[in-house]
Amino acid sequence: MDYTGLIIVAIRCVFMLVFILSFLPVLIWAERKGAAFIQDRPGPNRADLWGVRLAGLIQPIADVVKLLFKEDVTPRNVYQPFYKLAPIIAMSVALVTFAVVPLADVIHIGGRDIPIQVSDLDTGLLYILAVASLGVYGIMLAGWSANNKYALLGGLRSSAQMISYEISMGLAVGVMFLLFGTAQLDDMVRAQGANPLGWGVASVPGAIAFLMFLVASFAETNRLPFDLPEGESELVAGYHVEYSAFKFAMFFMAEYVNMVVAAGILVTLFFGGYQVPFVSTETIVNHAPAVAKIAFGGAALVLVALGVVAVARYRPGKFGDNRDREPIVVAVLLWVVALGALAVGFLPGLVPGIPGYTDLTMGTILATVLQVGTFAGKVAFFAWFFIWVRWTLPRFRYDQLMRLGWSYLLPIGIFNLVLAGVWVLASSRWSL
Amino acid sequence: MFEQTMFYLFAIVSVIAALFVVAGKNPISCAIALIVTLGALAGVFVLQEAHFVATIQVLVYAGAIMVLFVFVIMLLNLGPEDLEKTPRFSRLKGAGGIFAAAGAALLAWNFVSYAARAARVGPGFGGLAQISQKLFTEYIIPFEAISAVLMAAVVGAVVIAKREL
Amino acid sequence: MVSTSHLLILSAVLFALGMAGVVIRRNVIIVMMCIELMLNAVNVSFVAFARQLGSIDGHIIVFFVMAVAAAEAGVGLALVIAMFRHKSTVNLDHVNLMKG
Repeated sequence: MDYTGLIIVAIRCVFMLVFILSFLPVLIWAERKGAAFIQDRPGPNRADLWGVRLAGLIQPIADVVKLLFKEDVTPRNVYQPFYKLAPIIAMSVALVTFAVVPLADVIHIGGRDIPIQVSDLDTGLLYILAVASLGVYGIMLAGWSANNKYALLGGLRSSAQMISYEISMGLAVGVMFLLFGTAQLDDMVRAQGANPLGWGVASVPGAIAFLMFLVASFAETNRLPFDLPEGESELVAGYHVEYSAFKFAMFFMAEYVNMVVAAGILVTLFFGGYQVPFVSTETIVNHAPAVAKIAFGGAALVLVALGVVAVARYRPGKFGDNRDREPIVVAVLLWVVALGALAVGFLPGLVPGIPGYTDLTMGTILATVLQVGTFAGKVAFFAWFFIWVRWTLPRFRYDQLMRLGWSYLLPIGIFNLVLAGVWVLASSRWSL
Repeated sequence: MFEQTMFYLFAIVSVIAALFVVAGKNPISCAIALIVTLGALAGVFVLQEAHFVATIQVLVYAGAIMVLFVFVIMLLNLGPEDLEKTPRFSRLKGAGGIFAAAGAALLAWNFVSYAARAARVGPGFGGLAQISQKLFTEYIIPFEAISAVLMAAVVGAVVIAKREL
Repeated sequence: MVSTSHLLILSAVLFALGMAGVVIRRNVIIVMMCIELMLNAVNVSFVAFARQLGSIDGHIIVFFVMAVAAAEAGVGLALVIAMFRHKSTVNLDHVNLMKG
């Protein structure tokens, strides 16, 4: 057996999990702070560890601890097996969808080609659609097993909604399928290239597909303006009304994982995936020392500036306890990280024992790090977009939702598919 | 070795879940058991190099058809109590079950001897490219016919289920 | 490499289970699920033979079977809803008007 290969696969899986899950606390924080910002209030700013509050970033930790240790109330008349199964399905399906999304270009180390994703499937896009369509079971089972009419209504609504918008999503994805001529996400990202003019969104059918996919992904993640399955003013909390403590936390986290996954697929299909704008993988590898100095030097500069901003906010005696020292602590932390970034950027090659960036392996590793960072940045932007929309738009009525899905998005999607076919034909004939 | 272990695992899971489908009391449990069967069969398909078929199995069967089933069960709110008011094993039905089991045994007996060597398949077998190549050339007429069938089914379903047109 | 006969046995067992379900059960939704089970059993043997013969045609037949199954499920469930609306039952024994 090829144990090295197995270990590499395991590392890839763990890396993927860490990548997604590390988004969660940040997103929950961004959601609360973003809501506060839009509603013109301070938002969470109390929870602290030894006086360090990080502008509320400690709050998610407190939330998780609370949810873990709360009493797990199970109502008497629920159907136990499915009641317990539903949160697990919701969470695991949300995580599994991400398996085919590439986080960086394939790296060649020690005679192996290692894709930075769990699996480079030939049917990648279909896999995403297939697994995403399973997500509805978590919600349906939760709604049905709770033995509660609000929950049942929420489950029914969400299943109807998700089936309806899956069609639009499939049509939008099908357009990208036509434009790139492949279903393999890796190939799609490579076909888009580093130039933003070559990205999926930069053609007419691609732009229409992007808008459709965006709307459909709001519906698929059950978030406002399409959060009818849990619309609190009508259904209390919808499908998860009978859940408490960690089972509720599973649904809560599944929503954010779904957001990350939707944003990741969006970025991969329409915004060049892991591609650093204007800088291709070859460019990074070939000019590795310069790129490393610019990237890490720039990061260090930003961190130092942030530290200076933090120090400027130092007001001794404002609280009269540990919190007074917070700006200093944060600034020192930022500067230490900045020093680390500088060391990573400039030291290799100077210190004996560590090869410089002219070395091919170091170059590929640098490219991978930069690309994962770029991907995370793009995903974070779209995740923020989800939050922004949630706190800006009011909820749709149910008939409006269905009308939007079936009588607007579906015809537009079919028209767009035809348009994409013509587009591909025309661009192959006249090389547009 | 790995492949065989996985195959037996999937096969056993699918058969047990299928038993649940046939013998389960609660329609929702039956539906979930059927989903498990379909998922296990998707695993079997992957082991047979049928990647596209496996994906479509999950996408169409587990993701669309079974959602429809569960949706209808939830819509009609069928619990275990308004089920099977007739005795479950009347003599006729028992006979039918025995007949089916005997048929299966007969079929299986036939297949035990069927162990010709499998052809060697190239890379990309069962992949998207090969299937679409064939689907849009050799099988184009059945493909178009299927689209007509689906269209007719959509119209028929709306006509049948809508209260007033 | 799993030999084809094992797949065919799996297919036969699933088909028989589905058939037994169709004969035994009286809930129309479960009967329809058993029909889906039978269709899937057939799919297994198509895939097995496609692998055995090294030809992709079996996969395409499976594709068609799935399309037909989707159509069947759509119309069938519409019928179930209509039937439930008229008779408020999903028991096949109560829908025997044809028997006079």
